[in-house]
Amino acid sequence: MIIEHPLLGPRDAAEFTYLGDARLIDRPDWQSETAAHDFFEYGYLRDNPAGWHQELWFHEAGDRSWLVITRNTVTHEISKVELARDVARSRGRSK
Amino acid sequence: MRYSGFKVLKEALMGHKGWTPAWRDPEPQASYDIVIIGGGGHGLATAYYLAKEFKQKRIAVLEKGWIGGGNVGRNTTIIRSNYLLDGNEPFYEFSLKLWEGLEQDFNYNAMISQRGILNLIHSDAQRDAFVRRGNAMILNGADAELLTTAQIKERYPFLNTEDARFPIKGGLAQHRGGTVRHDAVAWGYARGADSRGVDIIQNCEVTGFRIENGKCLGVETSRGFIGAAKVGCAVAGSSGRLMAKAEMRLPIESHVLQAFVSEGLKPVLPGVITFGAGHFYVSQSDKGGLVFGGDIDGYNSYAQRGNLPVVEDVCEGGMAIFPAFGRARLLRMWGGIMDMSMDGSPIIDKTHIDGLYFNGGWCYGGFKATPASGFCFAHLLARDTPHPTATAYRFDRFEKGLMIDEKGMGNQPNLH
Repeated sequence: MIIEHPLLGPRDAAEFTYLGDARLIDRPDWQSETAAHDFFEYGYLRDNPAGWHQELWFHEAGDRSWLVITRNTVTHEISKVELARDVARSRGRSK
Repeated sequence: MRYSGFKVLKEALMGHKGWTPAWRDPEPQASYDIVIIGGGGHGLATAYYLAKEFKQKRIAVLEKGWIGGGNVGRNTTIIRSNYLLDGNEPFYEFSLKLWEGLEQDFNYNAMISQRGILNLIHSDAQRDAFVRRGNAMILNGADAELLTTAQIKERYPFLNTEDARFPIKGGLAQHRGGTVRHDAVAWGYARGADSRGVDIIQNCEVTGFRIENGKCLGVETSRGFIGAAKVGCAVAGSSGRLMAKAEMRLPIESHVLQAFVSEGLKPVLPGVITFGAGHFYVSQSDKGGLVFGGDIDGYNSYAQRGNLPVVEDVCEGGMAIFPAFGRARLLRMWGGIMDMSMDGSPIIDKTHIDGLYFNGGWCYGGFKATPASGFCFAHLLARDTPHPTATAYRFDRFEKGLMIDEKGMGNQPNLH
């Protein structure tokens, strides 16, 4: 797989390590009444779709940026690559 | 029809006109007592033990393609019971014992060959870990032997024990481990189940569950609705996709694992050898091909094919420990989809939906578990209580902190 890095251009997927579903950006509220259960779901349950999947990749052997990649788990086709920082900020994080 | 040497001789003299299909191709009935989704090794074994050991009637196995076309025909055929943790080792030892009697039990030649498995040791830390593992195996009634470098030199003279990067400091051997002809496992269980009245329905894809008031009443399929008092799902690899139809999210990610086979060679390799430090393991099939593999690709995938960086990594591992194998040409490589669970261990449990049972999360270790997985899932379906060796394989272990994490990697499925 070739990953079109938003800053560096096309890079070999072997330069990256994989974390998982991009929903991991959305940490639950630790002060919530249901925090224990929310963190169980956050830590352990996954949608695991066959088809389009947003996921976190780390450019470990490159610029060490975190990316959110939209990739099809059936064909390995990549349709979109964003900096995870931009995705998190667009969701109101790290303002 | 019972298979035997006498039967083979008789058919040879009669022009082989007396052989009949090993299983029927029935139309689905309107309802069954128990419906198993997934006609792979685990699903067929479940149906076989339900009919044979638990005396259940009116059972069907639904398979979207043809039986044995998934992971039971895509693995590297190794059987062993060299696990460490209490939740796992008794289960895998139970499985190895079932393997040992399987061919007589289901009257089918599965070419079970206990040629032994050797885990190589390259460092003090690895030796400590393998000594502990071997002791855990012995405590659970399995066999394990710690081999010295001298013993390895004697038994495996082709291994270079003096390599500068990976000197061989010993090994943990399980002599009862070995290999099996994997397709024959699916066929043997299918034939045994079919002869006891189980309907094996191929080309029948489950498209949804009919769930009312928290109870599962049956399954919608590409061949119409099939009612069932109990539905058991055994579709490891596709568990996430299937259980989403029951609106369940699982502690599982689907990942692709690649496997490889070389051209046929004369006998060069006795038994299975694992080179854990280099992420490589290999055995030689009865046809002579070197069957080998390594790590999963490491990203979510349902594609049944992997990418080249892992091919390179596996072959580098192979070359590091067996430089001679570099002369062998690669014949085939393929990928299979693994249910990678959050702690690297499987699940055999009821779901929160009445009448819906789940078997999955086998990671890349499902083949060796086939007989025990089928037996324990049949036990759960027939009696509604877990088999004594499978009590730890619960859904709620993640929320309760009772993980069975052999490698101590935490909730990162691609590292197990």
